[in-house]
Amino acid sequence: MSVPAEKKEKISVPFDYNKYLRPGKLPHIWCPGCGHGIVLKAMLRAIDKLGIDKDNVCVVSGIGCSSRTPGYVDFNTLHTLHGRALSFATGIKLARPDMKVIVVTGDGDALAIGGNHFIHTCRRNIDITALVFTNAIYGMTGGQYSPTTPLESIATTSRYGNIEPPFDTCEMAKAAGATFVARGTAYHTLELEKTIYEALMHKGTSVVDIIDACPTYFGRMNKYKSATHMMEAMEKDGTVSVKQVDKLPPEKVAGKMLRGVLHKIDRPEYCEQYALLVQEKAQAKSK
Amino acid sequence: MAEKQKKRLMQGNEACVEGALYAGCKFYAGYPITPSTEIAEGMSVRLPKIGGKFIQMEDEIGGIAAAIGGSLAGLKSLTATSGPGFSLKQECLGYACLAEIPLVIVNVMRGGPSTGYPTGPSQADIMQAKWGTHGDHPAIAVTPAYVQEILTETVRAFNLAEKYRTPVIVLYDEIVGHMREPITIPAPGELAVVDREKVTCKPDEYFPYDERFEIPPLAPFGTGYRFHVTGLNHKKDGFPTNDSKQIGEGNMRIMRKIDNHLDEIWKNEEIGLEDAEIAVVAIGSTARSARYAVNEARSMGIKAGLLRPLTLWPFPDKAVTELSKRVKAIIVPEMNLGQMVLEVQRCSKKAEVLGVHRVDGEPINPGQIIEAIKSFK
Repeated sequence: MSVPAEKKEKISVPFDYNKYLRPGKLPHIWCPGCGHGIVLKAMLRAIDKLGIDKDNVCVVSGIGCSSRTPGYVDFNTLHTLHGRALSFATGIKLARPDMKVIVVTGDGDALAIGGNHFIHTCRRNIDITALVFTNAIYGMTGGQYSPTTPLESIATTSRYGNIEPPFDTCEMAKAAGATFVARGTAYHTLELEKTIYEALMHKGTSVVDIIDACPTYFGRMNKYKSATHMMEAMEKDGTVSVKQVDKLPPEKVAGKMLRGVLHKIDRPEYCEQYALLVQEKAQAKSK
Repeated sequence: MAEKQKKRLMQGNEACVEGALYAGCKFYAGYPITPSTEIAEGMSVRLPKIGGKFIQMEDEIGGIAAAIGGSLAGLKSLTATSGPGFSLKQECLGYACLAEIPLVIVNVMRGGPSTGYPTGPSQADIMQAKWGTHGDHPAIAVTPAYVQEILTETVRAFNLAEKYRTPVIVLYDEIVGHMREPITIPAPGELAVVDREKVTCKPDEYFPYDERFEIPPLAPFGTGYRFHVTGLNHKKDGFPTNDSKQIGEGNMRIMRKIDNHLDEIWKNEEIGLEDAEIAVVAIGSTARSARYAVNEARSMGIKAGLLRPLTLWPFPDKAVTELSKRVKAIIVPEMNLGQMVLEVQRCSKKAEVLGVHRVDGEPINPGQIIEAIKSFK
């Protein structure tokens, strides 16, 4: 059955990504089978739902594959140093609290070299959304183990199996004080878009851990047959929705990561507290 | 005429705060470290009162990174540190050089290496201020020696940072930082204050690294100019490039924008150099000892003089070379094992160069310098 070309396009492209992509900056650097492009799409759709001016959005990243995201998107964009994205972003947000500040980071960037900035950003509860693209490997440098690489997994620096236990990014964010913590995957695209939107709407530090497989390095070294096989195994079968977890028998939950909004509380936001401090204490005292 | 302002007794680090505020600084991010902490403390009290932003970050790296963020958002930004903290800031210092972000970094030098002697003075970060971050990059460092001068040189540092769109280091030793002297806060308008050049073109015509400009103006984030900033070598639009021509030109332009304006950036104080046979080149508290020593030598009938660079980087090649043609010897006292003396040797054409060094946490006293002067008599 043939579908008219125009109609087909309308069905397959219901969203105008070009509104947010910089002309001439594609193709991206990501490998075939990498989920980063899917996450980027979810991020853009979620930002679009906010309905805010592109001039008031700032996207900051560190170093790594996912950190190349800001170059492709038509906002105020800042590609910083390895691990430091949240600190640069903190400066921008504090200087311009009216701007929407989003940090795009990888698991190595956020949790290893940037681990200190990560926990303290969460503690401050400054209104920044951190999207952690978790592929459990250092992709840009060719496949070394990261702080989220599962035990016994093979990487170029753990040829005999990884002996370091991985971080649970969400547990760490929650413990450090983030007021919105969620997990999504590149496989559950619509759910991811909704989760990122909720994170962006939240006032305070919001962290979304996004499971997003790296077929080129993690996949090949750990004997996944294909990118799709890996995506199904790690993202579809390796996670369980927080909404379903109570209804499932324990054996279907064991060893799986929880997906969805895992933690959401209200706590004073840093920039608002700073503004109050200025109004109520500092300026009053100077009178 | 404005009423003459009262003298105030002030510590060097407090004068740095006054200088930053005078220059229009509205953003401070840093981390506590001796002997520079009073700067953070002062900014934390003062900035909230004037609508500025202060944040104590989780570490030194976060401090300078947030300050770069504040600057990109359009606020004149400051961070301050000492010794080990300066080492930690080097990565971001290089970022600000390449991305061309105006920023002032104060390094109150303490004894090293490593944790060293936190409450003791040193001048051992002279070379680090120039070469500490990897890669070739421009460096501007100003070196005040008096409390009043910490104020005025901090203002100059902000002016240079904003004008040349580059990080500027205010480099002084612990003695000057913790010394108390009577100073005058200049009245508004008394000292020149340079603000960042405003971008006036349409957003679609804006390039943050436009090579048609020697120093392309920087639009603050969130003002309608949506552009990209990266620490990778980049093209005029700020996007990374692997093109060797563009990489080479970009690297050369950030050097050239400083090298083409050396006469504006250089600043020296000269005492008794007109007829000097023996010259001393010194900075910071060592220059105070040197001034005393030179005067003492004069009273002994020795024609001695002092060249005191207030801009240490870029190094005052011209002044030192000219000096070396006129004098018999140049003495370089410094609280390190021989750093600035290497630069003086490089620039000296004829004169003999002698270093006087000390790394025991004690200042170089006038007696040591007088002995060196007398050795050439």
